[in-house]
Amino acid sequence: MTRVLAWLALLLGVLYFLLPLAGMTEFSLKMRRGEYSFDAYRKVFEDPQFWATFSYSLVLAAATILVGVLLVVPTAYWVRLKLPQARPVIEFITLLPLVIPAIVIVFGYIRLYNTSSLLPLTGSALGTDILLTMGYATLALPYMYRAVDTGLRTIDVATLTEAAQSLGAGWFTILARIILPNVLVAVLSGAFLTLAIVIGEFTMAALLNRPAFGPYMQILGANRAYEPPALAVIAFAITWGCMGLIQLVTRFSKHERAKV
Amino acid sequence: MSDAQPRRTSGRRLPVEWLGILPFAAFALLFLILPTMKIVIGAFQSPDGSFTLQNLADLNTDSIRSAYWTSIKLSVITALMGCAVGFAMASAVVFGGLPKGIRSPLLTFSGVASNFAGVPLAFAFIATLGPAGLVTLWLKTEFGINLRAYGFNLLSFWGLAVTYLFFQIPLMILIIIPALDGLKREWREAAQVLGATGAQYWRMVALPILFPSLLGTFALLFANAFGAVATAFALTGPQLNIVPIKLFAQIRGDVLGNPNLGYALAFGMIVITGLANVTYIVLRTRSERWLK
Repeated sequence: MTRVLAWLALLLGVLYFLLPLAGMTEFSLKMRRGEYSFDAYRKVFEDPQFWATFSYSLVLAAATILVGVLLVVPTAYWVRLKLPQARPVIEFITLLPLVIPAIVIVFGYIRLYNTSSLLPLTGSALGTDILLTMGYATLALPYMYRAVDTGLRTIDVATLTEAAQSLGAGWFTILARIILPNVLVAVLSGAFLTLAIVIGEFTMAALLNRPAFGPYMQILGANRAYEPPALAVIAFAITWGCMGLIQLVTRFSKHERAKV
Repeated sequence: MSDAQPRRTSGRRLPVEWLGILPFAAFALLFLILPTMKIVIGAFQSPDGSFTLQNLADLNTDSIRSAYWTSIKLSVITALMGCAVGFAMASAVVFGGLPKGIRSPLLTFSGVASNFAGVPLAFAFIATLGPAGLVTLWLKTEFGINLRAYGFNLLSFWGLAVTYLFFQIPLMILIIIPALDGLKREWREAAQVLGATGAQYWRMVALPILFPSLLGTFALLFANAFGAVATAFALTGPQLNIVPIKLFAQIRGDVLGNPNLGYALAFGMIVITGLANVTYIVLRTRSERWLK
């Protein structure tokens, strides 16, 4: 009886999740009347706007990951090593982006960094790109910080630091050549999750008026019929790829650890 | 505390060590705290910069009240349904005697689906339940059921609710499976030895233990739906009257005709998601006591 109910719950759930995936796939193949074809995908890939916005978002994701790693790894390391009393405050701050909706944060950016302010970031394209990168780094902060902090928990930070110092290493060497390689798996997990979040992000990019992939998809969705589901299939594949890569690196690390 | 002794020396050294988190502090201040403070302070300022409660009072119009009410209703309903369905699926996998091989794919898929939100999710549902969607056409041709005639419209409140469940349910599964794993087999056996039925075990042992994590996850799902912009915007455009969409239109074009009222609208969002998350954090710390 329990087993029947369990199967029923699972199958109904799976049905709910598979139908939209089947729906978008089927719809994306229907562009040519009367037969299935990849016309919608060809249209998408022929659109220079697709490549422009997609590569813009990829570059921004890379910048976000760089900022995130440079910011989070030294901070999490330093807090573990020297400032355990600051831990609750830092953790609270890293959780704030889950509490404050992204739309409110970007609203604050627009008003704080407008052209008449001390730091007029929204005045130029480069400035707005920097602002958007920082906004994405903020969105990714909870995930990045937790991933790296969990990674640091598994290594003996204090001993590694002392060993490196007694061999004459400076702080940069310790971070770049001792700590970072040891938490690389955690950093990569955080990086792929950041990529999944940033690549299709809509709200911040749209409100800062930047030509990112998210706003491009929205505009296409308002004007076309068959390209949007094709974009949805592509976006789903990217998300799936990011999660797959996370699984791959964590599995890889488990094998590494098992050997030791 | 064992660090009482070093603390004496650290009193002198403290400023140097705090320098290590200076970059992080600067980042958090510039891109998280100051922008939020700008909104909060703006909500209590009149256009000439003096203190006022007028903006908050001005929120009390039919249109804004109904936007908040629709948003809260949408968030509560999708959070409740997300919790219920997610709980059913998670407990089916943990206790239902299903093959062990199902668990790991379900967790992976939940990770993907909970991140598959925003614009593409709206497209997927339009292609499925929209006027020319897969399910809509199938019901019409195979069974003669016209969804629209039954009052279902994807570009409405309920359409949005069905769509939000696509990221709400997986989030619930991801959070609740570890909690279900924490229920010890011994508790169930002890209850059985004392003559409890399965229903009694759930009602009197398992659910009270799980209650904080259930309620906490509910709060998280609530905040998750309340702040979502992209899915709703891509699905319904600027028409649907919910708070994030209203704020989006306000930031783009000052549709309320009063910038400070925009601050107040955003401040209201912070208060509501803030309350939901404080509930989540408090309840999670309570539930973790049982899961060690």
